[in-house]
Amino acid sequence: MNAQSRKNTALLVTIASLFCPSTAAAHLVTTGMGPVYDGIGHLLLTPEDLVPVLALALYAGLRGAVSGRRAMFLLPLAWFAGGLAGSTIGVDPLFPMSAISFIILGMLVAADLRMQDKTVAMLTVCLGLVHGFLNGAALRDGAGTLGLLGIMAIIFISVALASAFVVSLRRPWMRIAIRVAGSWICASGILMLGWMAKGHM
Amino acid sequence: MKDIRRSHGDLHFWILLLTIYILTYYPSSAFAHVERGQATGFVTGLQHPWSGLDHVLAMIAVGIWGAQLGSPAIWLLPVTFPMVMSMGAMMGLLGIPLPGIEIGIALSAILLGAMVFGELRPKLVIAAVMVGFFAVFHGHAHGTELPAGQSGLLYSMGFVIATGILHGMGITIGLINRWPAGKIALRGAGALITIMGVTFLWKALT
Repeated sequence: MNAQSRKNTALLVTIASLFCPSTAAAHLVTTGMGPVYDGIGHLLLTPEDLVPVLALALYAGLRGAVSGRRAMFLLPLAWFAGGLAGSTIGVDPLFPMSAISFIILGMLVAADLRMQDKTVAMLTVCLGLVHGFLNGAALRDGAGTLGLLGIMAIIFISVALASAFVVSLRRPWMRIAIRVAGSWICASGILMLGWMAKGHM
Repeated sequence: MKDIRRSHGDLHFWILLLTIYILTYYPSSAFAHVERGQATGFVTGLQHPWSGLDHVLAMIAVGIWGAQLGSPAIWLLPVTFPMVMSMGAMMGLLGIPLPGIEIGIALSAILLGAMVFGELRPKLVIAAVMVGFFAVFHGHAHGTELPAGQSGLLYSMGFVIATGILHGMGITIGLINRWPAGKIALRGAGALITIMGVTFLWKALT
């Protein structure tokens, strides 16, 4: 086969492929992924939970490798413990906890506040217990304990990636960029509180 | 020479073919219905700051001024702005009135442009307070314009991120400050922002 006939064949195949469209997915597909994947999806698609997790990971990363490692293990465990409690008790939150997490963690990242590793660990456990509790209550009639396992797994991965990324940053302006991101998280939290007060969330 | 040209032509042909293949097998979702719901809130928030020239110019001026002032103002001003802006938006959401919002926004463009034009270097605290003061007006005016049916949180996140991107653009532009010609260009940009601010003020007052 010479060069010209190769080109012709390739063109023919290309044109033929244009006439073989796949089905357009215009509607939602039923997941069927199982409760573990539902838990993973829940965290990834819920900014109220995902952003505080990432904010904590950024802050732990700013505080160093020890804090990052502790957060990586403590946050999923605390989240799971809180989730089990939430799925048992199942109480609706009285306070806009997500907004408060946004504001506190965003401010900590923006200020790059020096804190002992133990204090960061305590903060991690508190965040895990509170958000886990809310997740447990929300997933009570849904994905349940298996869903919490999925959430645990994705939290572990997210914290590991985000905190390791921050720990690896050496240039000062990169750390400043992380602090700017913290100010954005805090600002979003303040606005979130406002929307909650207005009854839009 | 002819062989090289032919091989280049072949390469272009195969690259073109590969592009067609990638485009063919990369279909986007079919949007069969009108956009609504949570996810569109983020896009709306991301788009909103770009829709108002007053907001765009003031944000870029903050970034340029920060770059002129150097460290730590280069990052402190863009950190201060969104946090105070969100407080202004919260005031709006809680129904706390703020008189003369449009005048405040116009004045922000005038004064920030003047700062860039004059390369003025006040104390860091004064610069931060000035930027924060105007941020309240921008937040009150723009942060609360959520279309019905969309997520407030995602709108807010998009809005804050877009504002931050505008600051980043201002800082990037401001980096030309290291060259003599760049300094002059920045001062010219400052003058332009001030003139635009005066037109915004004229509109607000008439």
